[in-house]
Amino acid sequence: MKNNIKYLAVLALGLVACEPEFDNPIDEAGVYSSGEADFSNYVALGNSLTAGFADSALYITGQENSYPNILSQQFALAGGGEFTQPLMADNTGGALLGGTQILNNRFVLAFDADGNPGPSIYAGAMPTTEISNNLGSSFNNMGVPGAKSFHLAAPGYGNVAGVAAGAANPYFARFASSADATVIADAVAQSPTFFSLWIGNNDILSYATSGGVGEDHNVTGNIDPSTYGSSDITNSNVFASVYNDLLAALTANGAKGAVLNLPSVTSLPFFTTVPTNAVPLDAQTAAFLNSQFAAYNTQILPGLAGLSIITAEEAASRQINFVAGQNFVTIVDESLTDISTIIQGAPFNLDAQTAGLLGQLRQATSSDLIPLTSAGNIGVDLTGNGTLITGVSVPLGDADVLTEAEQAAVASAQDSFNATIRALAAANGLAFVDVKSILSQAASSGIPFDSGVVTSTFVTGGGFSLDGVHPTPRAHAILTNAMLEEIEDTYGAILPSVNPGDYGTVTLSNEVN
Amino acid sequence: MKKLLLLVLFALVTLVTYAGGYRVSVQGQRAMAMGHTGVAVVNSAELVFFNPAGLVYLENKLNVSVGASGIFTDVIYQNSEFGTSSETDSSVGTPLNLYGSYKVNDWLALGLGVYTPYGSEVTWPTDWAGSHLVNNIELAAIYIQPVVSIKLSDQFSIGGGPIYVTGSVNFNRNANRTTTDIDGNRANITIDDSGVNNWGWSVSAMFNPTDNFRLGFSYRSEIILEAEGGEATFSNFPVTTAPGVPANGTTTFDAELPLPAELTIGLSYQFHKKWLFAFDYNRQFWDVYESLDLQFGNGATSINPRNYKNSSVYRFGLQYDATSKISLRAGYYIDESPVQSGFFAPETPRNDSQGFSGGLSFAITPKLAIDASFFYLRFEEVDASYDSYQENGESVPFGGTYKSSAFAPGLGLTYKL
Repeated sequence: MKNNIKYLAVLALGLVACEPEFDNPIDEAGVYSSGEADFSNYVALGNSLTAGFADSALYITGQENSYPNILSQQFALAGGGEFTQPLMADNTGGALLGGTQILNNRFVLAFDADGNPGPSIYAGAMPTTEISNNLGSSFNNMGVPGAKSFHLAAPGYGNVAGVAAGAANPYFARFASSADATVIADAVAQSPTFFSLWIGNNDILSYATSGGVGEDHNVTGNIDPSTYGSSDITNSNVFASVYNDLLAALTANGAKGAVLNLPSVTSLPFFTTVPTNAVPLDAQTAAFLNSQFAAYNTQILPGLAGLSIITAEEAASRQINFVAGQNFVTIVDESLTDISTIIQGAPFNLDAQTAGLLGQLRQATSSDLIPLTSAGNIGVDLTGNGTLITGVSVPLGDADVLTEAEQAAVASAQDSFNATIRALAAANGLAFVDVKSILSQAASSGIPFDSGVVTSTFVTGGGFSLDGVHPTPRAHAILTNAMLEEIEDTYGAILPSVNPGDYGTVTLSNEVN
Repeated sequence: MKKLLLLVLFALVTLVTYAGGYRVSVQGQRAMAMGHTGVAVVNSAELVFFNPAGLVYLENKLNVSVGASGIFTDVIYQNSEFGTSSETDSSVGTPLNLYGSYKVNDWLALGLGVYTPYGSEVTWPTDWAGSHLVNNIELAAIYIQPVVSIKLSDQFSIGGGPIYVTGSVNFNRNANRTTTDIDGNRANITIDDSGVNNWGWSVSAMFNPTDNFRLGFSYRSEIILEAEGGEATFSNFPVTTAPGVPANGTTTFDAELPLPAELTIGLSYQFHKKWLFAFDYNRQFWDVYESLDLQFGNGATSINPRNYKNSSVYRFGLQYDATSKISLRAGYYIDESPVQSGFFAPETPRNDSQGFSGGLSFAITPKLAIDASFFYLRFEEVDASYDSYQENGESVPFGGTYKSSAFAPGLGLTYKL
């Protein structure tokens, strides 16, 4: 009997140990591989896109869904190590400096009393991230919202003392290793075995989002970025030089990496959501307005053309005409001849205010773009009696419109930057990720995933967060897949993809003011 | 001793019995040890479950069998396309059985059984890749059944009786793949109800053509558990007035869960004075489980097609009376899954399996015996998916590779007077 029990005990133990096991478990060697790359210490450099900034703010879940963080989770199955991020203190977004809020809370999608959705500033909690509270270490995700190419190599960019005056970046101040640290030096100090670099977007984007009020340094020829204004376009030679230096520093120890090019900023919902023909008028109002502009159209413009002060072509482009239905807004176009002084004299003898309104006036066309943030500047009744309405009788300012000429300046710089990125990627044997094509597909046919199609349509498209510029988690997942594919192709790695359907889009909340 | 080794070997190389869906076939330690055969085995009060008609052929006036098993199950999941993997929290299910029979006279026996033929306990890591289908589920149904057994002749008897069922359910899953509150916590729904009661019945017959050969038949009716006004808790939904987004908090739910009918036919053959062979065939009428539909008090609904098919189990058992005090048993069974292709939901991740069982009885006294059993269920790994989950009107399959195992040791007592 004792023997019998002994046999049964052995049998029982043997079977308890029989836990299920796959023939090819994915967490064991042989399923995935890093190829020629080494993912053990991946460091990501970039701007807000790399940081996981979304809904006009940086917050924890956005950071967790940043493409570098998603990528690192896939790398983890092929030798990737821990991936650290300078997580914010909350999901409110926004931040404090010395206890005073200096950065706004995030946007959420709120439904008003009529059931209409719209982005609103989240008001469910106060921000708790204190910028002056340095986190005391560097992180694998070195993405710094707001950074332009040359900022990554700019000493003092993370000096908290400079944040209040706008001389330093509040996000980098949280984890800069010292007051005069640079992003690139702090990244290289981590001895990355693999890196990603996505920089240059802000070198053109800030000019575009500000409606082109900044300077284009490809026109000025200024190659000293320390003198650049925040809304300027970076000189292409400056970009090329900086980019080359960044890659030289990152590859100095033989690290492999991936670089990403720059999508067309003008296809962002930030520019494509507000129509330029945003003014509805009835026939009576249109006729009244046309009578107001009759002298401008039929006397002033032809007269000035006759005097060769403006060309016949400019005179034609400046005609103002309203119809019953949707009308293009009136705008100030700084590329037009300023006629405000001339028309105060003979033979027109206009008063200063009227002359000022007509100075560089034209009506927008379908080729112009209106920034999302300018939507509220259209149709404002300045006097309350209907005589001065913005976008109609009072033109929108330069900052409220990205004109065709300004778009061309942006596109020209973008093309130049992208040529640099592609050439340097090839020269350094790096994976090259064509984000421009991905965004272009999102903006045209859309990008299919398992339960729908991701498009660039604001709010509902699924690709863009509520600021109209930054991607949703789902778009980060799509971007991650593109990176995985290029990294596989370039380095012979085998990596699992991610399912964009597992990643969300915009966050609903009615906790708003 | 050689024979013992042979038997152990038989248990090792062959496979055990458990059944697909949420059927848990562990209704007696002696039967379990023999591959859960028993419709034609006259051995103990376990007949209350296996074949009430046979109770009248038991030699003793009073028979009592009690037992319990601990079922250790593990399910692993992986998807190599996306690099996701998960493993269920090794849960321990404890099916119980308690049977008694009393022979009133030569042709009439009465019995009572309490047993747990249906149940499921699966706990995946919260927010795992398939969390929009299930995070965790705990189902239990307790059957309470009085039976009567009537001998029509020495060759033929009939039996049966009403069944009272009391069931409970606790089920949690995420609302979908992406909805969260402001802090990224996944929106989820828990349903909880207990004391869900209903009635069913069973009938059976036994035929003994010769002294050492028996045939058995048993049928247990389908019972639908209808949960009405159970508690549903909605958690981590965003605070919004957006249409279609439910409010957080508790509401009610209604749902129906079928406990399918089961038909068993089988035989036993005493081919040597010390050896008994048994075979059972189970047909489980799972086609009643078409869809798990939940209707919530807040107006929300959840439709989950299941589309199960009827399935069969083939069971083989062997008993060897080693000494006057010790009986050794072994068994093997092939268990077909009722889950059809494209309906492999991770709440009951069962594919076809093979069971290996073994056990023994040791008579402490002529009246009292200890029964021990174990079984091990072996599943092949399977690439499977559940294709009926929908988002935005699109079917979004959830699939991957699954592999399960189950091991259950059990102990019981048999008392005869």
